[in-house]
Amino acid sequence: MFELIGVPPQALFAQLLLGLINGAFYSLLSLGLAVIFGLMNVINFAHGAQYMMGAFCAWMLLNYLGVPYWGALVLSPLVIGLFGILLERVLISRLYDVDHLYGLLLTFGLALIIEGLFRKQYGSSGLPYANPIPGGANLGFMFLPWYRAWVVAFSLFVCLGTWFVVEKTQLGSYLRAATERPELVQAFGINVPRMITLTYGFGVGLAALGGVLAAPIYSVNPVMGANLIIVVFAVVVIGGMGSIMGSIVTGFGLGVIEGFTKVFYPEASNTVIFVIMAVVLMVRPQGLYGTPR
Amino acid sequence: MSMSRNWRTLGIAAMVLLGLGAPLVIYPVFLMNVLCFALFACAFNLLIGYVGLLSFGHAMFFGFASYLCAHGVKEWGWDPLVGIAAGTAVAVALGVIAGAIAIRRQGIYFAMVTLALAQMVYFFCLQARFTGGEDGIQGVPRRHILGLLDIANDLILYYVVLVIFAAGFLLVYRTIHSPFGQVLKAIRENETRAMSLGYAVDRFKLIAFVLSAGLSGLAGATKAIVFQLASLTDVSWQMSGEVVLMTLLGGMGTIFGPVIGAALIVSMQNYLASLDEWVVVIQGVIFVAAVLLFRRGIVGETIVLLARRCQRQAAGLEGSIVVESAALDRRLTSVAP
Repeated sequence: MFELIGVPPQALFAQLLLGLINGAFYSLLSLGLAVIFGLMNVINFAHGAQYMMGAFCAWMLLNYLGVPYWGALVLSPLVIGLFGILLERVLISRLYDVDHLYGLLLTFGLALIIEGLFRKQYGSSGLPYANPIPGGANLGFMFLPWYRAWVVAFSLFVCLGTWFVVEKTQLGSYLRAATERPELVQAFGINVPRMITLTYGFGVGLAALGGVLAAPIYSVNPVMGANLIIVVFAVVVIGGMGSIMGSIVTGFGLGVIEGFTKVFYPEASNTVIFVIMAVVLMVRPQGLYGTPR
Repeated sequence: MSMSRNWRTLGIAAMVLLGLGAPLVIYPVFLMNVLCFALFACAFNLLIGYVGLLSFGHAMFFGFASYLCAHGVKEWGWDPLVGIAAGTAVAVALGVIAGAIAIRRQGIYFAMVTLALAQMVYFFCLQARFTGGEDGIQGVPRRHILGLLDIANDLILYYVVLVIFAAGFLLVYRTIHSPFGQVLKAIRENETRAMSLGYAVDRFKLIAFVLSAGLSGLAGATKAIVFQLASLTDVSWQMSGEVVLMTLLGGMGTIFGPVIGAALIVSMQNYLASLDEWVVVIQGVIFVAAVLLFRRGIVGETIVLLARRCQRQAAGLEGSIVVESAALDRRLTSVAP
């Protein structure tokens, strides 16, 4: 076999795949954050907790009710999305008139409560979730596990689907209009508050979907979201929350960069995204796809 | 104005008496813990309360200074005061770098950027050799300060920590009540107008950020001496969240709020320590309750309540039924964050 800059290609491609998978989660989560932020001006700190809840919901469905992975893939985002809608109606909607920072503080508190409760109940060692599609293909230069290929392909499909709905459909045009001028859109007879609620539910559902996809790869763990959400924040700062496609590209791109860093300079793999964030802030403070304001 | 000044004098007098007398009644190590966190919260409050910048990464200054102080005192045989000074200095340096990056964004982005930068520092501390990884730096000796003061005695160390706290608190107090502090408030209220008046807004923000970072470092380094320990907890995002909680609970933008918030949260952690996981849940509940029910914090809400009552009394004395709502509003906005 040939070698690339002293690195065996198996390792390189394995990390590339892992990078794509992480990128898929970054994209799903930052997409949800961006959609929610666009309409509500709230940064949803509970996003990581909701991602974790998605994974736990899949685990509970399997272990308590016997619902298999494919059922959980549909049910879990719905259940957690409904939970999100409840949160928005009961708590978050009370803060639309005050400084947006309070929304951040509120959702941070919610994240602490949710994660604390799950840790109390399930400990922090993590629970296993069986791989629904075991096996894989030997491509010659690497081994491709079916499940990982599925995660990358499916999350790409969901991301592009979201992009299509927001950018190319009438519903999406309402959404974009409400982001710019909510009062005006409301004057046209569109129920903006309900749209906000549903958008929050949708963003939360995306996070939960990410959680279900992650469950067979990583163990189901109460702290799995807390560590992820901070990286996703950095991803959001790098991309800027202005564009849907921007979020997708930045998410996958940074996942891949992180994967390659693991190959060439493993010590920096935890921090490379934060370093990129610092550099982007120096050069282009509004983010790669953001518009200056 | 004279009323609020009276209250402030009363508050400071009460704090001095409490600070001097408390160790006779309460366990000094617990009090030192409160003082360290109170100083940390005051430093944080300088930024959120008076410049309107919500930093979600202040643990990086607190924790990193604590590591440096602990390492210097333990491995290089520094005097504890040198360790504390060095910790503060390195927090200032870190504050210059982090501040220069973070103040390029505002509002929610500022919070996310500081959080991400702090996470970077966290991973550095996790991987660096000198921090001892998961174990942290343990058994930091409590050497005599300047060869004179025996701080192995908790009571003596308590008064040293009290002096450090008082110095930090006075610095924050003076900063807030200086022309510099007035400019900071102007930036908080209307950044664009402050800029149009010719103030170099970014420079003011950076100076405030560095000041806040340095004082957070002072608190963290002092804590390392008190507990003879520096660990990953102090540099984690949970710690950044805790200082936000203390300040929010006590009252953002009030002088005594952070001190009271810190005392309450530290006491809660102390007395409920046996409930371990529930402590985090309770903290979350306090966050939610404070944001939804008393956004000005305990001290902030009290000030508003007192101001309202005084106004009503004054109106009654003058025999006029009409409360000058405009004046009242002005008063309320001047005390509220």
